[in-house]
Amino acid sequence: MSIKVKQPGLLTSIQDFGRTGFASYGVPQSGVMDRYSAKIANLLVGNTEYEAVLEITMMGPTLVFEEEMLVALSGLEASVTLNDKKIELLRPFEVKNGDVLQIKQITKGIRLYLAVNSGFQTDMKLKSRSMYEPITKTSSLQKGDLLHIAGYRDTKEKTFAHLKYEAEKYASEAIEVYPGPEFDFLTDAMIDKLLQPKFSISKNNSRMAYQLEETLENNLRPILTQPVLPGTVQFTPGGNLMILMRDAQTTGGYPRIFQLTEESINLLAQKKQGDSIQFQLINYGW
Amino acid sequence: MKYQKPSIQAFGNQAILLSWEEIIEEDLLYYLLQVKKNIQNYYIEVEVEVINTYNSLLINYISTINNIYDEIPVVEKLIFVDYEQQKLQLHQFTLPVCYDEKFGLDLAELSKQNDLEISEIIQLHTQPNYTIFFTGFLPGFLYLGGLDKKLHISRKKSPRLKVEKGEVGIGEKQTGIYPQISAGGWQLIGNCPVSIFDVENEKPSPFQAGDKLKFESVSLEEYQEIKNQVEEENYQLKKEVYEH
Repeated sequence: MSIKVKQPGLLTSIQDFGRTGFASYGVPQSGVMDRYSAKIANLLVGNTEYEAVLEITMMGPTLVFEEEMLVALSGLEASVTLNDKKIELLRPFEVKNGDVLQIKQITKGIRLYLAVNSGFQTDMKLKSRSMYEPITKTSSLQKGDLLHIAGYRDTKEKTFAHLKYEAEKYASEAIEVYPGPEFDFLTDAMIDKLLQPKFSISKNNSRMAYQLEETLENNLRPILTQPVLPGTVQFTPGGNLMILMRDAQTTGGYPRIFQLTEESINLLAQKKQGDSIQFQLINYGW
Repeated sequence: MKYQKPSIQAFGNQAILLSWEEIIEEDLLYYLLQVKKNIQNYYIEVEVEVINTYNSLLINYISTINNIYDEIPVVEKLIFVDYEQQKLQLHQFTLPVCYDEKFGLDLAELSKQNDLEISEIIQLHTQPNYTIFFTGFLPGFLYLGGLDKKLHISRKKSPRLKVEKGEVGIGEKQTGIYPQISAGGWQLIGNCPVSIFDVENEKPSPFQAGDKLKFESVSLEEYQEIKNQVEEENYQLKKEVYEH
């Protein structure tokens, strides 16, 4: 069973919840950028939350199904057709051999997730199907790729067709952050400058990092190469703020001033160039 | 204890970071690796991933934990090390490098800038027993300590868009091997025919923090011979076990 990639779209890749256990080899975690939306897509077709899905960015692919299967799409808003008929997000639908799914444009947010009942069976490298070059051959799907799918699973009783997707939380501009390891390097005046204004997402945004448009004067002393995580906010000597995302390297040499919450990484993953965000400092909770 | 108590702090709500003073020292590395072992031995039931850099350990909790703050007092007890009781099982590796100008695209530049004969460069580069501090930057990229001062050289003004797999380079005070084709700004002095990172292996790299590494100069002919052996999967990596 498989799905044929007729057109790959701008940046479409297979992602699961990433690689763990290989950070000491310098291997990034990778995995879906917006975990919440990916989980919903999986649940809609009766999968477990963590199965591999297609992550579709901005302009989508055209896919041809070569078998009957149950499919669901999650995300904020997009124009999608199945054999030229409009398809709703967040509602599982059946496809049959020869059906053509066209994901034209994502009109709200920038990432859409496509799950298939029983899940993708694409190449597993270092215990994950997440595409990331050089761990996998390419970082995105190519025209003509065949995506293998496990056999159809009867999940009628397990599907959550009524599942609530909390789209409203993506309207927020508030990015919740914990103090990072070098937070104490910041003066009160600098903290104000980081928390008061809004920042906008620059064109340099990728699965690896989101760089913010505005710069701030940075007098922090340099640090030795240190461990970093997805969600780490690095403050570069040039005054740029770089928010590391899922494909981030495992180590970095810039002061780590903030650490995003998991929810805020998901939220940021749906922001695009020009969108505003505002950091909201939270304390380690009790 | 030789080193001051580390700062132990939450890093987000799924990780704890232990940071010692910001120095690059072998003794600190081996102490960190002992603490790393304590942590791994302690968390058998809980899934954690521990990585080290020069002066830090990061404990990443894979299974969700309720409150990261509850774990800090636990970790505080794991920083004490009994060197007599616990030994680290490490390896001494030797890797072949061909310092032919075919691969060493910047040998001439290094020779000119640092006023060294190419034979001296090779001698200085193959002399030290390098220490692997950690892997980072790229999958399989080793941070090595021990480069001879006479070989320190600044990075290239504009990085090359494509550096071949296996290229051996120098950037400032560091030397290293490019594990796969990538962009890179280091001055290139040779190429290692042995693959140092392979995703098809469950352990994608034979190297771990604390291991020692020596480079051995090989001719173009020997390079090709080793390359063939690697391809036919009958190359024996030179390594010996040692305890620390």
